[in-house]
This record gives sequence, C-alpha cells and structure tokens, in this order.
Amino acid sequence: MRREGSALHGLGVVVLKELSDHLTSARMRVLEWLVVLTALAAVYAAITEIRQVTAQDPFLFLRLFTTAREPLPSFVGFLSFLVPLMAIGLGFDAVNSEHNRRTLSRILSQPIYRDALLFGKYLAGLATMSVSLTVLWLLLIGLGLIMLGVPPSGEEMARAFIFLLVTIAYAGVWLALAMLFSVLFRSAATAALVTLGIWLFLAVIWPSLSPALATALVPSGDQATTIITAQMLARLSPSTLFGEIVLAILHPTTRTLGPVYLDQLQGAVMGAPLPLSQSVLVAWPQIVGLIAASILLFVGGYIAFQRQEVRA
Amino acid sequence: MSKPVIEAKGLTKRYGTATAVDGVSFSVGEGEIFGLLGPNGAGKTTTILMLLGLCDISGGEARVFGHNPAREPLAVKRQVGYMPDSVGFYDHLTATDNLYYTARLIGIPATERKQKIAEALARVRLSEVAEKRVGTFSHGMRQRLALAEIVMKDARVAILDEPTNGLDPQASLELLDLIRELKASGVSILLSSHLLDRVQSVCDRVALFNAGRIALMGTVGELGREVLGGGYAVEVEAQGGSDLARRFGAMPGVRSVSEAEPGRWRLVCESDLRADAAAQVVAAGGRLTQLSLDQPSLENIYTRYFQNAEVRHAA
Repeated sequence: MRREGSALHGLGVVVLKELSDHLTSARMRVLEWLVVLTALAAVYAAITEIRQVTAQDPFLFLRLFTTAREPLPSFVGFLSFLVPLMAIGLGFDAVNSEHNRRTLSRILSQPIYRDALLFGKYLAGLATMSVSLTVLWLLLIGLGLIMLGVPPSGEEMARAFIFLLVTIAYAGVWLALAMLFSVLFRSAATAALVTLGIWLFLAVIWPSLSPALATALVPSGDQATTIITAQMLARLSPSTLFGEIVLAILHPTTRTLGPVYLDQLQGAVMGAPLPLSQSVLVAWPQIVGLIAASILLFVGGYIAFQRQEVRA
Repeated sequence: MSKPVIEAKGLTKRYGTATAVDGVSFSVGEGEIFGLLGPNGAGKTTTILMLLGLCDISGGEARVFGHNPAREPLAVKRQVGYMPDSVGFYDHLTATDNLYYTARLIGIPATERKQKIAEALARVRLSEVAEKRVGTFSHGMRQRLALAEIVMKDARVAILDEPTNGLDPQASLELLDLIRELKASGVSILLSSHLLDRVQSVCDRVALFNAGRIALMGTVGELGREVLGGGYAVEVEAQGGSDLARRFGAMPGVRSVSEAEPGRWRLVCESDLRADAAAQVVAAGGRLTQLSLDQPSLENIYTRYFQNAEVRHAA
C-alpha cells in the first residue's frame, strides 16, 4: 500500500518560512558582510592590477574574477573559501535546532511529511545562497564596468553566468553536507565542528595528501599512472572540482584538466581560446560531479531523517 | 459508549530486543477525556507517537477515525491536534506568526487565517500578548499557545502529552479549565500524565500504564471499587438516633461501617451514598450534623495497585 497524498505537500510553506528566517537572521547578515567586504577588496585589488597591465587580452573582463594581487587572493579564491563557510553557517543547525527547540514533533504533527520539511529547508538555504551570490556577482560586474570602462562581450557574460551557476551548485554541496550532520548530531555545536573539520580537511589537507597517497597506491611507480591516480583522488574533494571548473570556464585557453600527452597537442594552436561550448565540455564531468555529490549527501541526510525518532 | 474516535488493538513497539509498548488496547469515545497515566518511561509517549504516525508500529493496529496512522498519516494528522511534552515554538517569532506558520501548513485558507488565529488566541486568553515574541513567554503561556494551535486547527481529537508537566499549581489549574472547555466544545481528548491527582478531575476514563502495558482501565470509580474495594468513604456525624451503625450496615452498597468516635461514623461504599445515609439518620430519629464524602483518589488506587502487584511478584 502506498502512502496517501503528496510527499511535498507543504513544501512551499516551509521554504518561505525558512527563507524569511535566513534573510532576517543576524548570522546571515554577518556572513553576507564578510563575503561582500572581502570579495570587494579582492576585486578592487584585481582592477588596480589589471589597469597596470592593459594588454590585448580578449577576455579582459574575466580577469576580474581570477586576477590576484599579493597578498590578497583573487575573487574566485575568496569565493572558494567563503562559500562553504556560508553554506555550513546556514545548514549546520537546520534539523537539530528544531529538535532542541522542541518544535519538530509539533510541526510534524501537522498534515505534512518529513520530506517536505527537509527538502524545504534545503531549498531555502540554496535560495538564500543564490540571492547573496547573485547580488555579489552583479556588484562585481557593475564595479568592473565602472572602473575598467570596457564593456564585456557576450561570451564573457555567458562564461561569467555559468561561473555563477557553478558557484551555487558548489554551495549546494556544502549545504547538503551541513544538513546531513545536522540530522546526525543532536548538538548543533558538534554538527558545526564536524562539518567545518571535514571542510578544512577536504579543502586544505586532501589536495596535498592525494599525491602522497597515489605514490603509495601505485606500486609500479609509473609516473603517468601516479599523476592520474593523484588527480582522481584529489577530485573526491568538491573544492578540487570547483577549482577545475573555474579554470576551464574562466580561462578559455584551458584545453584539458588532466595531463596532456604529446599527440594531443598535434595541430593545436597554443594559447588560442576554446569556444564556450568546448570549455563547458571540458568541465562537464566536474559539474556533474558537484551536482551528484549534493544529491548523494542530501539523500544520506534524508534517509537518516526518515529513520530518526521525533521525540526530544 | 459512542463510536470510538481512537482505537488501539494490541499496539506494540519494539526497539531491538527491548519492548517499549507491549500489546496495548484501548479506545477513546467521542467527546470523552481519556487519560493515559503512569510513571515516566511506561510507554505513554510512544503510544501517542504511534497513534499520530510519527513512529513505526511494530505490531498490532491503530485506528484514528478509521484511518491507519502508519499508512494514511496525513488524513490522521489533519483531524488530530497534538501538544507534545514541553512544547516548543520559534522564539524569534510572535505568537501570531508562530500560529500563522502552522495555519499555512494545515492549509487554512488565507482569508480565514487571521480571524481563526485571533479567535484561538482569545480562547486561551493570550490575545494581549499576540504580537509579543514567544521567547518572552512563560512555560504556561507556551502550553496555552499549543492549545490555541489545536483550537485553530478545528481538531476533532486533541492528544495532549503531559499537559500539566512543569506548571505551577495556578497555571495547571488554568490549563485544566481550558481542557474542560475544549471538551465542552465537542473535542475528544486523549491526555497522558504522571501527575495523577491533577488529571483525575478532568478524565472520564483512565488507563494506568506500567512497563509498557495497561495495568488497569476504567472510570476512577470503577478502579476504586476494583482496587480499593469500594472507593467512596462517607462520613456521618449525627446526634441521637437509635441503632445507627446497624442501619448503615444494612444499606445496600455499604462495605463496612466503623465508628471513629461516638457520634461519628465512617462508611466505605461502592458509590456516593450520602443521601441514603442522611435518610437513615432522619428515619432513626437522629439529627444530622455533618455529612462529607471522600472520593477515591487515583494516587491511592495507583499506589495500592502496584503494592499488590509487587507482593504478587515477590510471591
């Protein structure tokens, strides 16, 4: 016998309520200012840098995103660091706070399924991230227009837009991870610490650990195999995937994200940019990987939540 | 008895090898207040969660308005109002906003929401603090707000888990009054509690839980008869009159008569026999000076029952 009624009944109500909570919360405001101020500092530094080296770069506008000026990292560098922080900040107490406030059983005794509550919380978090990231993106484009005085081409805008979508997907992964731990741990502090720990591990330690692991895993010592294995291992981290996508999308000259063999270079015009569709194709596995990671993590949280006891 | 709104047959919940609820059967009739009473950890909350479909049923069957809560939880939850043990609200929202969120989850049409919320808050006497944040509310006010939610929902059954738990005497009396009002408006009520004397006054029938089973079930009077052997004690003070002790002893329904001091008798009866006792005094030519009744208390019933049970276990 099937369950009666739609599993998503009441989803919209939950999304709107959570969204309004996020947008009015002090935590969100602090995170937003943190991101806006640091990102603007990065962009300002990038603009001053670009102005000094006005070269004949056909993708001058995209340099706004990727140019770094010591000691500040680039805008993209900042985002890859701060987006997870923001997403974790939104998600780490999504479910356990309902437990601790003892609202969960009251809400679930209303005619909705648990599915609607969990999915609504995820969508609201993702919507909040999308709003803040889109605003940030528009600010950046506006600043670029004013300070560089060069209008971006259509292709540059398209690439910048794809970058925005990818960043939102990247936020979705960390949000799903944070929500998974908010289901697993009853204490919000534990959930936050564990999620932050995993983030630090995946973003900072894992990329430098994977070559060492690869050397251990490839006994033959074959250089090409070792490099490929190291890259595969590194790609288990969403941060690596995000970095590779950014490289392919925002640097149109990127031809491949893996090692290049000599025969692949035959007939290639070095330094010539790829068309947009080809750049997307280069990064496609990574994009799918990011989305798949969020789905897997969300499903994990979903199963745990369905099996959980409601009582406090 | 009228048609049952809640029915449980052999309801069982197992956690691994431990059995939290073990073959519990009872039914709640329409317009009745049914009490699940027992110590903490006896399985009351688990039983309630199974009735709401918030917890899997390991064995047995539950029906709420003929719906199976495990398979049709939405149909059940649409008609049942639930007040959990130490209920919580979103502290940063006002009382009205909290109810507004629930109203939308329930699916109350937008045009009716405002009026229903205002009416419900008025019913539980929270109208003055409707626009205050729930973070400033006392425990008693939160409990009343939870009742307002049930009122707003137009629930036909209210399930209240430990409604008076942690309330001061004044607040719990107020809450019990509200529960009686709720019953008067035609709502059937299932409530659980470990505070026996508090809920005794509101319950029509009770089930005493012990270690996942129902030990005793019935009205307080019935339980009194069963466990205490005649739950009512009538005290008569009279002057004059001849042979009163024998006359009292001959009344139908009197279990025993004892003369506590000259001119004062204590009658243990199966029901309230004050009027009969008074008639006997007058018929014997005596003058009645005082007449009082001790009702059976759940506390006594409960303590006595488990004392007996322990004795039986020991034997």
